[in-house]
Amino acid sequence: MKTLGLKPLMGWLGAAALALALNAGTALADPTKVGFVYVGPIGDHGWTYRHDIGRKAIEKAFGAKVKTTFVESVKEGADAERVIRKLASTGHKLIFTTSFGYMNPTVKVAKSFPDVRFEHATGYKQAGNVSTYMARFYEGRHIAGLIAGKMTKSNVIGYIGSFPIPEVVRGINAFTLALRQVNPKATVKVVWVNTWYDPGKEGAAAKALIDQGADVILQHTDSPAPVQAAQERGVWAVGQASDMTHFGPKSHLTAIVDVWDGYYVDRTRAVMDGNWKSGDTWGGLKDGMLAMAPYNPALPADVLAMAKQAEADIMSGKVHPFQGPIRDQAGKEKVPAGKSLDDGALLSMNWYVEGVQGKLPK
Amino acid sequence: METLAAVLVTVIGAATPLLFAALGELVSEKSGVLNLGVEGMMLVGAVCAFAAALTTGSPAAGILAGAAAGMLTALLFGVLTLSLLANQVASGLALTIFGVGISALIGRDFVGTPLPRLPLLEIPGLSDLPVVGRLLFGHDVLVYLSIAAVPAVIWLLDRSRTGLILRAVGENHEAAHALGHSVIVVRYLAVMFGGAMAGLGGAYLSLAHTPMWAENMTAGRGWIALALVVFATWRPGRVLLGAYLFGGVTVAQLHVQGFGVDIPSQILSMLPYLATIAVLVAISADSVRVRLNAPASLGRIFHPDS
Repeated sequence: MKTLGLKPLMGWLGAAALALALNAGTALADPTKVGFVYVGPIGDHGWTYRHDIGRKAIEKAFGAKVKTTFVESVKEGADAERVIRKLASTGHKLIFTTSFGYMNPTVKVAKSFPDVRFEHATGYKQAGNVSTYMARFYEGRHIAGLIAGKMTKSNVIGYIGSFPIPEVVRGINAFTLALRQVNPKATVKVVWVNTWYDPGKEGAAAKALIDQGADVILQHTDSPAPVQAAQERGVWAVGQASDMTHFGPKSHLTAIVDVWDGYYVDRTRAVMDGNWKSGDTWGGLKDGMLAMAPYNPALPADVLAMAKQAEADIMSGKVHPFQGPIRDQAGKEKVPAGKSLDDGALLSMNWYVEGVQGKLPK
Repeated sequence: METLAAVLVTVIGAATPLLFAALGELVSEKSGVLNLGVEGMMLVGAVCAFAAALTTGSPAAGILAGAAAGMLTALLFGVLTLSLLANQVASGLALTIFGVGISALIGRDFVGTPLPRLPLLEIPGLSDLPVVGRLLFGHDVLVYLSIAAVPAVIWLLDRSRTGLILRAVGENHEAAHALGHSVIVVRYLAVMFGGAMAGLGGAYLSLAHTPMWAENMTAGRGWIALALVVFATWRPGRVLLGAYLFGGVTVAQLHVQGFGVDIPSQILSMLPYLATIAVLVAISADSVRVRLNAPASLGRIFHPDS
């Protein structure tokens, strides 16, 4: 018994890692195999959870004609390349890589597998067999801003940021512009937690903001903890990625929900029909790539009507969340009246609009 | 002042899971067993506490289930390292990986389910006092339990016969064995105590701090607890200080950001780690005393028949 030490353990570890890396079974008759690489656990109730719902939509749409595989909690970097390569070499015809940090590994593996189609979420590098896709979440932030502007009494809004990257800054700005459109006195306090997912820290950040007078809490992190903290303290909150109503039925104003289902089904069908083409998709409310969670029944009728109208106006193109005039924090005009920011400016956004407090960390 | 009290209440919430886990690990390490699986045990405790509280509707059942689940997970570690004499470091790491996986499996059906927060024990009259009322008398049972555990562990280790034996086993297991003490039994008990405490730390997260289950919700707190034990030089009082310092700086840096102070948030995020290490290293600077506190047999495998 004495020799039973490191070796068998390492064996177990290896086996466990292998099992983790390959939920994929052996190839069945002829179904189209679709693979997914996730950055978090499917049980995060946020980003990865919503992608997995998209995967299930594919299974539902095509039944036995497809076989889906997913690998969860894959670290961005070298590990990702190994997992993507493994999926590509085990007969998967379409592979969705669902985090920004998978960009280079995806492009690299795609070079060695020209017959496999790759779909990379939130990135900007395309190739003949690599498409990119993401959603215009800032459209949802615009609607949240309108609602918050009407609902706040303290005129202080708390915003929990993950990392100061353009995607998150864009959300803060879209929110703040809409907020001050209906309530010029309101300002936004931003707290960065430097993580996408840490329920304890996100909850503590929400409480800190509430203690500093915020009575509406926004989050660009993935757990429902901020909504829960808002409920506990009796203030409003806007959820992220999924409908978080049941974590704070009283506090939850709405949530900006990611909806990948339609896109995933379409792209899978394209591969099955042989007409898949590489492209860059940045879908918004009108494409159904995001949706607003049911609005809180406590919203006054006029606020509800305003939110619904804004949804319709964004879909019809009548309203652009980044319409001028837009001033930065120093009061300098960045966008003149009558113009709006183009996608290039949105994708590289690294400045705060007027009304956001504090300095953007670089 | 009311705001300050509210801030301090948040600090207590951030510190309590660390305090539980670190105290448990301290006792385990004092007996000579280095269990790196704290993170895994906390997760198993968190998910089992949540599942039990949700299905039975009883918070007490949740707390007990959390402690029991942590203890069972630790027992597994005990079997590997104490009976099968596996390497403690490797087994501890494996235990964490195992805990992450099994907690996700158990929690599959609980993702996205809310739970009412663990009730606060309010003392009529006292809890309504301005400022100190909420700060001293408005917490849930786990917060009080974690604080009470500090003097209890001090007494156990420094004043009781059991503690004397436990420390003897941790210092020199051959000598303790020669004196007729059962090294393996003592270590099993210490490891299981550590597991139960880690389970309670997890239970605090899933029942009180953020009453929900989400995969990997401990987010590294088990590792922080492990580091606290070392930096506190295996002394329960300093573990208490370290846990509250860490929780305090974590919450304080969020407030500093909210006030718009011009310090990069990345640096502020590092502060809890830096401050805790700096303070604990400073008060533990006497290297002789550190060596006296560190269990000499820590991490060494005991062969009963050698």
